[in-house]
Amino acid sequence: MSPQADGDQVSIVVDGETVIANPGELLIDACERTGTYIPRFCHHTRMRPVGMCRMCLVDVDTGRGSALQPSCMLECTPGMVVETESERTRKAQDGVLEFLLINHPLDCPVCDKGGECPLQDQTMAFGPGESRFVEEKRHFEKPIRVNDNVTLDRERCILCDRCTRFADEVAGDQLIHFMARGGQTQVNTFPDLPFSSYFSGNTVQVCPVGALTALPYRFKARPWDLEEVESTSTLDSVGSRITVQSSHDRVLRFQGVDADAVNWGWLSDKERFVFEAYDHEDRLATPLLRGDALGNRTRDGAELVAAPWSEALDLAAGALRAAPADRIAVVGGARLTNESQYAWAKLAKGVLGTDHVDSQLGDGLPADLVLGLPRATIDEACTPGGTIVLLGPDPKEELGALYLRLRHAVVHDGATLVELTQRRTGLTDHAAHSLRVQPGEAAKVVSAMFGDGSSGVAPGRSGGDVVGAGEVLAAATGPVTVLLGRPSLAEAAGPVVDAALALHDHLPDARFLSLLRRGNVHGAMDMGLAPGLLPGRATLADADRFVDVWPGVPDVVGRDTLATLEAAADGQVDVLVLLGADLLADVPDGDLARRALDGAGTVIAIDLFATETVASADVVLPAAGPTEVDGTFTNLEGRVSRVVRKVTSPGTSRPDWMIAVDLADRLGTDLGFTSPDDVWAELTAVSAVHADLSTEAIAADSTEGVLVTGGLALVRPESTLVPAHQPSVLRLVATRSMYDTGVLVAHSPSLAGLAPGARAALEPTEMRRHGVADGEVVDLVGPKGTVQVPVVADAGVAAGTVHLLVNQPGVDVVAMLDAGAPVTDVKLVRR
Amino acid sequence: MGSSYVTHAAGYVDNGGPKLVTSRFGYEDSHTLARFEATGGYVGLKAALAKRPADVHGEVREATLLGRGGAGFPAGVKWGFCPEGVWPRYLVVNGDESEPGTYKDRLLMERDPHQLIEGCLIACYALGLSQCFLYVRGEMALAQERIATALNEAYAAGYVGREILGSDFSVDVVLHWGAGAYIVGEETALIESLEGNRGMPRLKPPYFPAAIGLYGKPTIVNNVETLANLPWILEHGAAAYRRYGSESSPGTRMFAVSGHVERPGVYEVEQGVTTFRDLFYGEDFCQGIREGHELKMFIPGGGSAPWFFEEHLDVALEAADVGAAGSMLGSGAIIVMDDSTDAVKACHRLVRFFARESCGKCSPCREGTGWEEKILQRILDGHGRPSDIDLLLDVGDNISPGPYPVAAHAAEGLDVVPFPPRQTTICPLGPSSVAPIVSTIRRFRHEFEARITRGDTIPVSAVPATAGGSGS
Repeated sequence: MSPQADGDQVSIVVDGETVIANPGELLIDACERTGTYIPRFCHHTRMRPVGMCRMCLVDVDTGRGSALQPSCMLECTPGMVVETESERTRKAQDGVLEFLLINHPLDCPVCDKGGECPLQDQTMAFGPGESRFVEEKRHFEKPIRVNDNVTLDRERCILCDRCTRFADEVAGDQLIHFMARGGQTQVNTFPDLPFSSYFSGNTVQVCPVGALTALPYRFKARPWDLEEVESTSTLDSVGSRITVQSSHDRVLRFQGVDADAVNWGWLSDKERFVFEAYDHEDRLATPLLRGDALGNRTRDGAELVAAPWSEALDLAAGALRAAPADRIAVVGGARLTNESQYAWAKLAKGVLGTDHVDSQLGDGLPADLVLGLPRATIDEACTPGGTIVLLGPDPKEELGALYLRLRHAVVHDGATLVELTQRRTGLTDHAAHSLRVQPGEAAKVVSAMFGDGSSGVAPGRSGGDVVGAGEVLAAATGPVTVLLGRPSLAEAAGPVVDAALALHDHLPDARFLSLLRRGNVHGAMDMGLAPGLLPGRATLADADRFVDVWPGVPDVVGRDTLATLEAAADGQVDVLVLLGADLLADVPDGDLARRALDGAGTVIAIDLFATETVASADVVLPAAGPTEVDGTFTNLEGRVSRVVRKVTSPGTSRPDWMIAVDLADRLGTDLGFTSPDDVWAELTAVSAVHADLSTEAIAADSTEGVLVTGGLALVRPESTLVPAHQPSVLRLVATRSMYDTGVLVAHSPSLAGLAPGARAALEPTEMRRHGVADGEVVDLVGPKGTVQVPVVADAGVAAGTVHLLVNQPGVDVVAMLDAGAPVTDVKLVRR
Repeated sequence: MGSSYVTHAAGYVDNGGPKLVTSRFGYEDSHTLARFEATGGYVGLKAALAKRPADVHGEVREATLLGRGGAGFPAGVKWGFCPEGVWPRYLVVNGDESEPGTYKDRLLMERDPHQLIEGCLIACYALGLSQCFLYVRGEMALAQERIATALNEAYAAGYVGREILGSDFSVDVVLHWGAGAYIVGEETALIESLEGNRGMPRLKPPYFPAAIGLYGKPTIVNNVETLANLPWILEHGAAAYRRYGSESSPGTRMFAVSGHVERPGVYEVEQGVTTFRDLFYGEDFCQGIREGHELKMFIPGGGSAPWFFEEHLDVALEAADVGAAGSMLGSGAIIVMDDSTDAVKACHRLVRFFARESCGKCSPCREGTGWEEKILQRILDGHGRPSDIDLLLDVGDNISPGPYPVAAHAAEGLDVVPFPPRQTTICPLGPSSVAPIVSTIRRFRHEFEARITRGDTIPVSAVPATAGGSGS
């Protein structure tokens, strides 16, 4: 019996078989979904059809006689009769392949794409077998660099428009384009304008030939020598799905996987090329203890020297055993898998009994707020016709793959964007309203947007059509999603929390999508690595769930990271455990981080690299990296997907959960885990929100991952008082950029040189007011220090503010910040 | 009014027949507003403004004014394709005349720019449009200059702009210069170019920009000559217009004759009355093939049209008759070649044009036209192979699949050149390159064979067509 069409579905005939197509489905997709593969080069399901390569021509009869039509351009219509193997179709496909090959160099033996090349594969499957072309082929200069990481061989290019369409439609970086015409048509960059896109690596992945190659992989391996596993990118909290490809136990490439709910196959270049850091020779490979320059271990030695695990663990366990629970703190953990986080939560809270545990580094938001507000998925945020409110950082700089999803929603799917940001973002051009919010004033702007005069104060120097933006939100008919994150490291969490709660009050149906960026930070919240929380989005009040499997549960809510560091600086912390926490680089108060490291008793650092922070530790334990461990990851939606081990970790480094087990063992407690699966099994036993989620269930839906729902009751902290803005000072906006001096970028040779460098961006009228010229180096005097930076004019910065990028070479911005202040005011001093 | 009327000037020849669009061409100052007003200028516009717009549209529909750009689609019908209630809409004038051999629109723009502007205004009035774009080919400097001057004059005199001639009808006409690309003559590529993009054809459907055109809005794209007919039609009425020409193709058409005739030039010819023989040999027309030579072949409608030969001389100059005979009138470019012409070289010359003008968007055209050109160049260079003839035909078949005389289609015979062409490409440019190849090989296969096997250069038409062996 042939299948029947339901509702809006369309019944067509393909090669004599009835096929049911979905409404609006393209013929090529309907055929592929039902098992008939039509060859193609230009067609890509995530980009608009262009019908350029003509490879997908098939015989189609829509009632007016059959004709060759491009199946990538044709929506299925009722009664359509399609022949994909007719004589005419075969001849057309033979012809197109022959055309594509006449100028193609056929240098497959030395081409990186050889073995995974759609042109090669489809020539074998559909091609004529031999060429009748005896003329001279087209010649271009062999590969040219289109940017720092991507090379272009125009002779191999078959001009399918995939890379150029990606640059234009998906990334919005129109920096590569067709040039010249006829047989000389080529893809190229404009003179002196490289393809400087955060997303250029995607063009390499979608290239159907070996025209675009990425330097990090170029000439490293042949595809048939690669082994691959599907995994999750742990670089940022989007949790993009990737394949990890390796040869000879070394990771050589990450490729994006098209997960419909997450990254659609796209990756930022940082996610794509960061594998180089995991493979870097500077990875910690052995435990380190204090010693002298000769390698002898001395208790307060100036150096770190290699030590056996047994000795390092004994030392660490000894320090933990000796310290009262209230004088132990654990900071960090966003790098870890869910399983490692759970093991550490159990060790810290269940065994050691401390609640001074926080995975965030003073640059995030309270975990109970993130878990307490109604949460949105990426798909919900990107609903066609929906409304997006951005109250946070620039997604383009911090969460690349999410930026591409958001951009698609706003540019192509009719979503309306309202920005409440402190400076221009990558999405501003597409926003219905982009309000410039002065640091500390977001809540006031929200009140003003909804015409709430009771606050009595109009927003100070914040600008834009506040009323118009409010009207857009009030009139929104589709779902409203607030993208919530920390817009600036120079502003405390408090003012952002106040604004988020104000939005929640005015738009009770709006849902929130967290923009907290650091790796598995949302997993850390779910696994209890936050003060007052326990695994499974539970609080200390839910302790009874844990009585059977945990030795104990703390009864008093502990300190967050900033409070822990203050306590450590005051000498109140005997053991400070750093789970991949680079305090000196990431805590927005370098002075506090330094004093905390100096004031803490024993510092135990578990990390991948010997960062400056790690160099201050007493015990250093090397951890296995993301491509070296099995486990799961929780992304910013709360979606759990698998992280799969592909290669061996360097030296004797170990998974973090194993280190927790080893330490617990020395403290006389058996955590009960011999594998990540054991950890997950215990989690499903104690967690209400993970209860139905077996490892098999996650593995079964491995590409999409599984969304974990359920949250906490919303807790309202006291609102933060923001001091008035004095006209003589500039209010500081400090943000992260895609490329910086962060430890992973610094250890990825392909990315390390891409940091834009330090500069202070000032609104042009503000520059005139201060009498500074473009490029002039000035002193910016902050609460805890001074930086010297060149000034640039930037109309995307609000008047009254100055914008700095943190973690740029040569300028230590975090060192001048005071994490205790709600906002940071700086004085501009001409030199 | 210093200048007097001459019967042929700068490429135009007055053949004594009806002059619906070329009536002013004989005047040296035909492009000025003064001459235009002195010779019935803007009378058609005034007549139009006295009617309701729908009636003006009806008049044009009734006149059966066929598009003069090449496809011959009735303008009045095309105007009716705009979806209701979608505004704004635009009129775009396709002045990117660049088919090899075509230069009639250039003369219309150079010699009577006001007539074109008047036509634009009438079309805008009929359709309720307030914005018109005049897209003129990049190389036509004189046409651009004269249209610019004429627009300034017309704005100053109140014919263009706000509240034209005291009515509530307002139109802005913008002159836009092309950058020099044949493909921009294709209406969707022209719109892309006008929008500032690379001139590449858009994908169909929608088949007409009237649905989705410039800036995504309904857009009427009309040829220069089509619009130039409107003043006459409005002045004299559709019935008077239909008295000229044939039933299916009323009125006159302009033909640009070039090549081996005694008097090449642009002729305004009554459709369906005059034959190719009249045109080539008539005393008022081209006055015969040049001294001492015989007609070898001619292209009836621009480089994309399949070729005609002696046996087609009595076909009337009318779209339906020419179509029935297997070619097209296209854009009115007639290229006449006498017996001194080397068919292989002529074929190469045209194919080279298409190869160079291919926009590069779709593979069969980008790669196929270049390949054909290289094969033909190789044959001309004396390195042809016997298999090249079938190769040329099969490459052509892969661009424009049809019953060509290749092995796969042997049963279908040699005599059918499918027209309009079937295509594996997006637009007809690629298939256009196939027409000269199929036409020449079909007729002059012996010349190809002589070139390939003996290295003969031409003329070889002294050799009977059958002597080549497989030619016919």
